Amino acid sequence: MIKYILRRILMMIPVMLGVTIIVFTMMYITPGDPAEIILEDGATPEAVAELREEMGLDDPYLVRYFRFVSDLLHGDLGTCYAIGQPVFDRLVQTFPNTMKLAALAVLVSTTLGLLMGIISAAKQYSVFDNVAMALAMMGNAMPNFWQGLLLMLLFSLWLGWLPASGFSSFKHMILPAVTMGTSSAAIIARMTRSSMLEVIRADYISTARAKGQVEYRVILRHALKNALIPVVTIIGIQFGRQLGGAVLTESIFAIPGVGKMMVDAIKARNFPVVQGGVLMIALSLSIVNLLVDILYAYIDPRIKSQYK
Amino acid sequence: MNNTTNTATSQTLPVYKKRGQGAEIWRRFRQNKNAMVGMCIFLVLVSFALFAEFIAPYDPIEQDLLNIMQTPSRQHILGTDELGRDIFSRIVYGSRISMTVGLIAVGIAFVAGSALGVICGYYGGILDNVIMRFVDILMSIPAILLNISIVAALGTGLQNVMIAIGISNVPRFCRIIRASVMSLREQEFVEASRAAGAKDLYIVMRHIIPNCLAPLIIQATVSIGSSILQCASLSFIGLGIVPPTPEWGAMLSTGRDFLRKAPHLTTFPGLAIMAAVYAMNLMGDGLRDALDPKLKN
Repeated sequence: MIKYILRRILMMIPVMLGVTIIVFTMMYITPGDPAEIILEDGATPEAVAELREEMGLDDPYLVRYFRFVSDLLHGDLGTCYAIGQPVFDRLVQTFPNTMKLAALAVLVSTTLGLLMGIISAAKQYSVFDNVAMALAMMGNAMPNFWQGLLLMLLFSLWLGWLPASGFSSFKHMILPAVTMGTSSAAIIARMTRSSMLEVIRADYISTARAKGQVEYRVILRHALKNALIPVVTIIGIQFGRQLGGAVLTESIFAIPGVGKMMVDAIKARNFPVVQGGVLMIALSLSIVNLLVDILYAYIDPRIKSQYK
Repeated sequence: MNNTTNTATSQTLPVYKKRGQGAEIWRRFRQNKNAMVGMCIFLVLVSFALFAEFIAPYDPIEQDLLNIMQTPSRQHILGTDELGRDIFSRIVYGSRISMTVGLIAVGIAFVAGSALGVICGYYGGILDNVIMRFVDILMSIPAILLNISIVAALGTGLQNVMIAIGISNVPRFCRIIRASVMSLREQEFVEASRAAGAKDLYIVMRHIIPNCLAPLIIQATVSIGSSILQCASLSFIGLGIVPPTPEWGAMLSTGRDFLRKAPHLTTFPGLAIMAAVYAMNLMGDGLRDALDPKLKN
């Protein structure tokens, strides 16, 4: 098992290296001279040329890329053009907020999705099942940012129960987490239902029932555990989706996270911040995928035995 | 005697009309009520896109500052926006943008993803490894971030948004077709064709691709919906289609400044996006059941 985990960690290295190539190339081909952006309007051509020279912007692509990777390995992600602060420090300030939000959203989506999926499967074709699945389809199609605005309108502007923006207390996190979590809940609910339906028809479930086990024990102890593997995959994928979705939700609720920071940075052509943000989210996503793979082994002993 | 027997057989056995594969798929699709609802919504949106000039009662860009933020009425069935523009007309014209983005972005992903997937699945080896690692890298960046990065590099505007969304959808098509091709390339009919001296290109075009179409069509249908959503998301954060062009995400974005005063500015464009994505998801599910009834749950 440890061998497998080490191999998976090693496999992350080329992927992350690939991400650095993509991110660097994107920013390399982006129009706009960083030296001009830093010096703003009114700078003399000589001053711009001097800064270009200092920043090594006249160097060839490969030289700049290797310098970028070398700096990265030393924990240097560049400096924010707007406030002159190291990008790493900005990420340290903003990333915990994004992670908190994503984790809370996953909690909302998993709780809601599993509950809806299990009940729907246990009561297949009932009114609950039909309504839950119709809601899941709609939740899946509903744009997050629109849902966020509707929730804000209802709970902040009309009812005044929850704050509309900021991120200073748990109350501030409820609306953004629900906004991000509900569409994923819809996907998890559908997956749980179909996975449970497959398992529920298996012989060992009939055996458990025949032995006189109560229905909720049959569902939770025998069916759910075996139906969980595809659901865990989906939860892992949804976590990645939440990290990406944070870009929109953070912009709506004015949350000082990586997503909002990146959107603001793109508008201001603040390239190092964008590079840092994308790299940070891609790295987190790879780590989440690794954790999901490890989790499989704990849920399903058959998978664990493959690595022995 | 013979004649009598024939007559008797024709009387007892019902005569089945032979149905083509397409007709059978259409019959199964038609029986799925959800899929038909999805198709109806899709057809309405396509008609909006095609006949916007005839359906929209007002010019979507013309401002009427004497009638700003009007609530729905007989003159303006969905009300007017902050510049007095008719929201219904903007939604009708907006469907043209959304449908164009959905179809072209998916077209780009379909062609590029299929080509890469066929190469990977059919030839395997180092080429497969290199391409699939590249696909893994693309997939390790969330789609919205990849879209944002590409749009930042290329600039905003309809064409660049379509390219960005197309590129971010390539990995999914590539993976799907690769998996199908890998299972097909060892099939007897492909080996028979190879043994008969057929060239690779002929085998791929004649035998492999037609047999991979079902998962690709399903993926394309669902991807049109997600592309519409991605386009709206980009426009919402100001990196996609820029106002005054009537685009649903951009309409939502400007409407949020007037959320308390005029909530209808955000309600109707949001409903339009949801309807489009909902329709494509329903159709995708229906097509999956119709094309491969074994998958139906």
